[in-house]
Amino acid sequence: MWAYAGRRLLLAVPTLLGASIIVFAMVHLAPGDPIAAVMPAESSQAEIEATKRAYGFDKPLPVQYLVWLGRVVRGDLGRSIATRRPVILDVRDSLANSLVLALSSSAVSFGLGIGLGLLAAFRQGRALDKVASAVAIVGVSVPHYWAGIILIIVFSVQLNWLPAMGAADGGGPLEYLRHMALPTVALSLIPLGVITRVVRSAALDILNQEFVLALRARGLAARRVFTHVVTNAAPQIFTVLGLQFGFQLGGSVLVEAVFSWPGTGYLLNLAIFQRDIPVLQGVILVLATFFVLLNLGVDLLQTLVDPRIARH
Amino acid sequence: MAIAGALPHDLEPVAGAPMSYWRTVGWRLAHDRMTLVAGTALTLIVLSAVLAPWLAPFDPDAGSIRLRLAPVGAPAHLLGTDEQGRDMLSRLLWGGRMTLVAALTPVLVGLGLGTGLGVLAGYVGGLTNTLVMRTMDIFYAFPAVLLAIAISGALGPGLANTLIALSIVFVPRVVRVAESATVQVKGLEYIAAARASGSGVGPILRHHLLANVLGPILVFASTQVSLSIILAAGLSFLGLGVTPPAAEWGLMLNTLRQSIYVNAVVPALPGLAIFVTSMAFNLLADGLRDAMEIRS
Amino acid sequence: MRKHFPLRGGVLQRPYAWVRAVDGVSFDVHATETLGIVGESGCGKSTLARLLLRLIEADAGSLTFGGEDVHRASPARLKRLRRDMQLVFQDPYASLNPRLTMEDAVAFSLLVHGTPRGEARERARVLLGRVGLDPRLYGRRYAHELSGGQRQRVNIARALVLDPKLLVLDEPVSALDKSVQAQVLNLLQDLKEERALTYVFISHDLNVIEYVSSRVLVMYLGEVVESGTADALAQSPKHPYTQALFASAPSLDPDRRLDRPPLAGDPPNAIDPPSGCRFRTRCPFAMPRCGDAPPALRPVAATHDVACYLYEAAVPEGAGRRE
Repeated sequence: MWAYAGRRLLLAVPTLLGASIIVFAMVHLAPGDPIAAVMPAESSQAEIEATKRAYGFDKPLPVQYLVWLGRVVRGDLGRSIATRRPVILDVRDSLANSLVLALSSSAVSFGLGIGLGLLAAFRQGRALDKVASAVAIVGVSVPHYWAGIILIIVFSVQLNWLPAMGAADGGGPLEYLRHMALPTVALSLIPLGVITRVVRSAALDILNQEFVLALRARGLAARRVFTHVVTNAAPQIFTVLGLQFGFQLGGSVLVEAVFSWPGTGYLLNLAIFQRDIPVLQGVILVLATFFVLLNLGVDLLQTLVDPRIARH
Repeated sequence: MAIAGALPHDLEPVAGAPMSYWRTVGWRLAHDRMTLVAGTALTLIVLSAVLAPWLAPFDPDAGSIRLRLAPVGAPAHLLGTDEQGRDMLSRLLWGGRMTLVAALTPVLVGLGLGTGLGVLAGYVGGLTNTLVMRTMDIFYAFPAVLLAIAISGALGPGLANTLIALSIVFVPRVVRVAESATVQVKGLEYIAAARASGSGVGPILRHHLLANVLGPILVFASTQVSLSIILAAGLSFLGLGVTPPAAEWGLMLNTLRQSIYVNAVVPALPGLAIFVTSMAFNLLADGLRDAMEIRS
Repeated sequence: MRKHFPLRGGVLQRPYAWVRAVDGVSFDVHATETLGIVGESGCGKSTLARLLLRLIEADAGSLTFGGEDVHRASPARLKRLRRDMQLVFQDPYASLNPRLTMEDAVAFSLLVHGTPRGEARERARVLLGRVGLDPRLYGRRYAHELSGGQRQRVNIARALVLDPKLLVLDEPVSALDKSVQAQVLNLLQDLKEERALTYVFISHDLNVIEYVSSRVLVMYLGEVVESGTADALAQSPKHPYTQALFASAPSLDPDRRLDRPPLAGDPPNAIDPPSGCRFRTRCPFAMPRCGDAPPALRPVAATHDVACYLYEAAVPEGAGRRE
């Protein structure tokens, strides 16, 4: 178990380094002079010289990368072109908002998805199963940014029940929750579809195995059979929950853009719009790190749930 | 017949040429109601996109200020007009062209490159495998949406950049599937038998390996099309895809978003088109997956 | 001949142990004979089969076929050599490509060696007929439409289509029902006589081995412990392991019932085999010296060798067998 955990941790290091290379390369992917990608157009000559030295733009690429990595590891993600604020501050503030949104949307999608998936598996072929299948296919097919717009049209424009934009700065906790409702629903649609699907098929796989048949033949109560099925399907369900949480944190750009929710996605969108490469880099690096660590955590938790994995 | 056992009323076959594998798959697809509906819808969507220049009643880029945001069913404008008074039907037809190209190309690139790399890594194994697979792992450090936005955000807007960004999303995914399918098939005894017959790597790959890994890869790729549609339209929704005034579903959704207070139905139409197309691809992928399972 | 497999693990995936699948096995096969190789599952029989055809590379040792060193043959020579030696696999399900029709599966080997497609198909169909599958009925079928016995017939046809001299049969009937086993075994016997084939027949089933073989090798944990003619082994098995195998094989002949209990327990694992004689941990006659060094294979009769210290000083008859 501990050997596996150590191995898995070590494997995450090259992945993170690789991700950092991609993020580093973004400055050079951007068309034009890399200096222009990280500096406001109206910068003075002295400022430009200072930035050149700080980034090491006159040195070969591998050296530039190491210089940049050294700064990143110390928490220096550069300064925003638009606001001249340190990127790390912007990212920190927005990450909190994104986390809140990801958690609430996870609560919705995990709860509904697992419940619906299990119910569908145990009622295979019946009406409820059909409903679950429909939810699943709609969930994985719907462009969630469009669903967000529809929600705004219905609940904000037509019914005028819920606010459409922002996060209600200084409006109190209730106002914050009211602002969170629509983005939460929009963001939970895709994970809801995916989770319903995976949970249903994982539970069905177990239900169709001989040992469950044996349990039923022994006259075990339905509730005990249910427990058996859930514990056996747990590892597979766990994996999908981990991935989907990552999606809700890192993939919320489009939803946050629709609702102007001041999270990382909104910041990213703003950065793209303003061609603010340092902010773009910072947000993506932080989210990727989060995602890798999340996957790592899920993997390790899984070895606790399913001891077969570590031995594998 | 090859589908013996899958059919309730089929008798034990006695003689006659059985259907080849792909004909069986085709037969099953044609007999699945959901697949038929989805297939028909897709055919119509693709046809309307291809034939847009002939079908569209108006020039998609020509607007008229007086006719802004006409409702659905307005005279001459069946689906209304957008915020610049351009005919929605014409723009939806033309937009489908763009969205489909932007979504299908990356999946095809992923299918080609990903299969090549994955089969190579799986069949050769060893250091090659480690190198290829660890590199692919790096791209898995990002959720798909984030990776696409990161790359096209850095590259800047434009159709070409969208295609590059989305291809980078799909290649590693196909590589993973192709590699694991290859490793699995490679260990089977019929590959050993082919080697024992003195066959070189070429014929083994062609006749024994590819024929057996292509199925799962194809099924996987088909499930990715709908994601690709959502992402491609999503990129232009963020202003990263095709540039205005070109018609593209995601971009149309973006520009019409400001008009929901004036007209609630017309701004929803481009998204509905994305939704229906993506769902049709998903249903078709499901049908394909079921049809390609070998039942004995 | 020797083959050890690495077991990898840990952070750096360095091999931490070696599975000694085949260790110091050495034997001759004479033309047109059937050499039976018998042993429990996991004793290295399948590894040996793959080594014989050079489907995996040996760590050490040599293999000579018709005067040619198979393990040093160039790729071109190897391709030529493979026409003469073929393998029939154990698993009738994994050994046929699900995407090929039966005639294409059989014809593939011919195509590899440059036979034109039409002729290859024709020869495949003839051979399918010979192994008892009407080509008009089965030629265009796929593997999943055939029963286990039928698939094994196709496997045999595929192995024979290149007109090999040597056929290595790796548990060819183990996955089949008893009644089907007999049919396939009889087919193999007929084919052997018809085509003057040489068989290396690998099985865990002593009854099958006794039925088909002229000479038998008994393997235990990757090593040969006894070899001799099938009759000699059946009449007077020497090695305690061979005796145990005979004791556990059901026999209807009251004269062949033994008073010795059959083998107890599982074989030790091949990663860390016991020192000296590998069988000593389960041997009822184990002596202190058995742990010191492995006993060598020594003759006890003209065509009968055994690797056991019980026979080192020409110990007379009767280590366990009641005549």
